[in-house]
Amino acid sequence: MEKSESKLITEGGRRIDGRALDEMRPLRIEAGVLDKSDGSAYIEMGKTKIYAAVYGPREAHPRHLAQPHKAILNCRYHMASFSVEQRKAPGMTRREVELSKVIREALESVVLLEEFPRSAIDIFIEVIQADAGTRTAGLDAAAVALADAGIPMLDLCSAVAVGKVEGRIVLDPSEEEDKRGEADMPVGMAPRLGSIVLLQLNGRLSSEEFLEALELARKGINIIYELQRKALSKRFSSVVSSQEE
Amino acid sequence: MYRVGAKPYPTKIMQEKLYELISRGERLDGRKPHEYRPLEIQTAIIEKAEGSAAVTLGGTKIIAGVKTSLGSPYPDTPNQANIVVSAELLPLASSFFEPGPPDEKAIELARVVDRCIRESKMLDLEKLVYIPGRSVLVIYIDVYVLDYDGNYFDPSVLAAVAALATCKIPQYESRNGEVVAVPDSFTSLPIRRLPVSVTVGFLRDKMVVDPTALEESAIDTSLVMGWSDENEVAAIQKNLPGIMQLSLINELLRVSREKSIELRTKMMSTVGRIGMV
Repeated sequence: MEKSESKLITEGGRRIDGRALDEMRPLRIEAGVLDKSDGSAYIEMGKTKIYAAVYGPREAHPRHLAQPHKAILNCRYHMASFSVEQRKAPGMTRREVELSKVIREALESVVLLEEFPRSAIDIFIEVIQADAGTRTAGLDAAAVALADAGIPMLDLCSAVAVGKVEGRIVLDPSEEEDKRGEADMPVGMAPRLGSIVLLQLNGRLSSEEFLEALELARKGINIIYELQRKALSKRFSSVVSSQEE
Repeated sequence: MYRVGAKPYPTKIMQEKLYELISRGERLDGRKPHEYRPLEIQTAIIEKAEGSAAVTLGGTKIIAGVKTSLGSPYPDTPNQANIVVSAELLPLASSFFEPGPPDEKAIELARVVDRCIRESKMLDLEKLVYIPGRSVLVIYIDVYVLDYDGNYFDPSVLAAVAALATCKIPQYESRNGEVVAVPDSFTSLPIRRLPVSVTVGFLRDKMVVDPTALEESAIDTSLVMGWSDENEVAAIQKNLPGIMQLSLINELLRVSREKSIELRTKMMSTVGRIGMV
C-alpha cells in the first residue's frame, strides 16, 4: 500500500538489521531446560523464543490409538497469546494445527518409533515470542528435546527458513522481511542423511531461485546442526562434571 | 481390494513390490511412473453456487463450490477482496474419514489450496473492492473430497481453480456510499492465471506422480508443488512423514513442471480463457 516504505536491502547488500544476505540471526540452543519432562530444549533465534518438551515413551492415550508395531508420535505446536503483536486467542488456530502436523511428520522421519511398540511420545512446542521462523526453530528445539530424552533417532532434524526479499534470496528472514518479502520457504533436513524432512513454500520462486534457496538453507542448516550437537554435548558433559564434584 | 493402512506388514511388502515395479518403469495400476490417472473436469454443476466444479482423477473425486458475498476487508488488506478456503474429507469418501470438524488433514488440504490460489496471485483481488477499507467481495471456496483413492491435493486445486475461473458474480456498484447489486447483471472474476498443483511420491531414489491410496501407504513421503505458471512455483507442501533424498531435487523440478503444464492445458480446454485479465 504505502509505496514510501524503506528498502529492505541496501545498495551494499545489507539487510535492515545489518545482516548479510546469507547470515542468520543470533542463535542460542540449550538442552535440558525444563525439570519434569523427559527431555527439553530452548531456542532463541533473534527475537524468536521457543521451548520444547518431550514426554515418553509412555502409554498411549486413548488406548485404541496405540500401534502394535511402533510408538505414535504426537506433536503440538502452540503460540502463547502474548507471543505476537496482536494478542492471539489461546486455542489452536488452523495454522497451528497445520504446523503441528508438518513438524510431527518431520520428526517421524528420524525417530526410531519401532523401538517402542504400543507407546506414545508426546512433543510440546511452545512459542513464547514469535518473530518469523517459528516452525523451523520449533523443529530445531524439538529434535534436541527428543535427543535429550534419550529417544533413539537416525539423525537430528535441523531447519531454517529462506526467503525472497526484493528479488534476492536471503537466509532466515526476519518478521519484517517475511511480511514484505515475495516468498518464504521453511526447510528441514536430516543433515547426516542428506535428506529433506520438512519443506513448504509460501510465495513465488522460479526453479532457479528454488534451487538457490535450498542451497542457502543447507548452509544455515549445517550451522544449526553444529549448535544442536554442541547443546547436547554440553548438557551431558555437565551431568558428568556435577557427579565428579 | 486391500484396505490401506489396516495393517503395517503388507505395507512393507507393498513397498518392495512397488519399488521393483517403478525400477522397471511400471506401476500397480499399469501406469508409467510419471503418468497421471485419467482426469475429467466439469464446471457449473451446482446451479445455486456462483462457481462450481467436479474433478475426477482416477478413483478420486472432488467437488468445489464458490459462494460470494459483500463484507469488510481484513484490516491489513483494506484494498483487497477476501478469500476463505475450507475443505472437508467427507465420510462418504473413505472408510478412514470420519464425520466431525475438519481434522489436521482437512485443514492442511484447505491451507494448501488457499496457498496455491493466494500466492500465485490468480485473482486480481484489488479489482473486487467496492469501497476501500469498507466493502469488498468475500469469496468462499469450499472443497469436498467425495471419493478418495489417493492424491486429493491436485484435483482439489483443479476443482477450486476451475470453479473460480468459471464463477459468475453479481455486478456491484457503489452508490452514495452504498454498495448495491445491479439487477440481472453478472460478471466474471478477474483471473490472471490458472495455478495447478502436482503431487510427487518418493520411494528411496524413485519418484511417482499422482500416487493412489495404496501407493501413498507404501511410499516414503510425498510433496505437493503448486505452479502459478510454467516457470514459477508458488506453493510447496511436504505432506507425509518420511525422508526425501536431496539428490532427487532436479528431477523433481523437471517432472513437476512438465506435469503442471499438462494439467493446465487440460484445464484450459475445459474452462477456456473466460474472464482472463
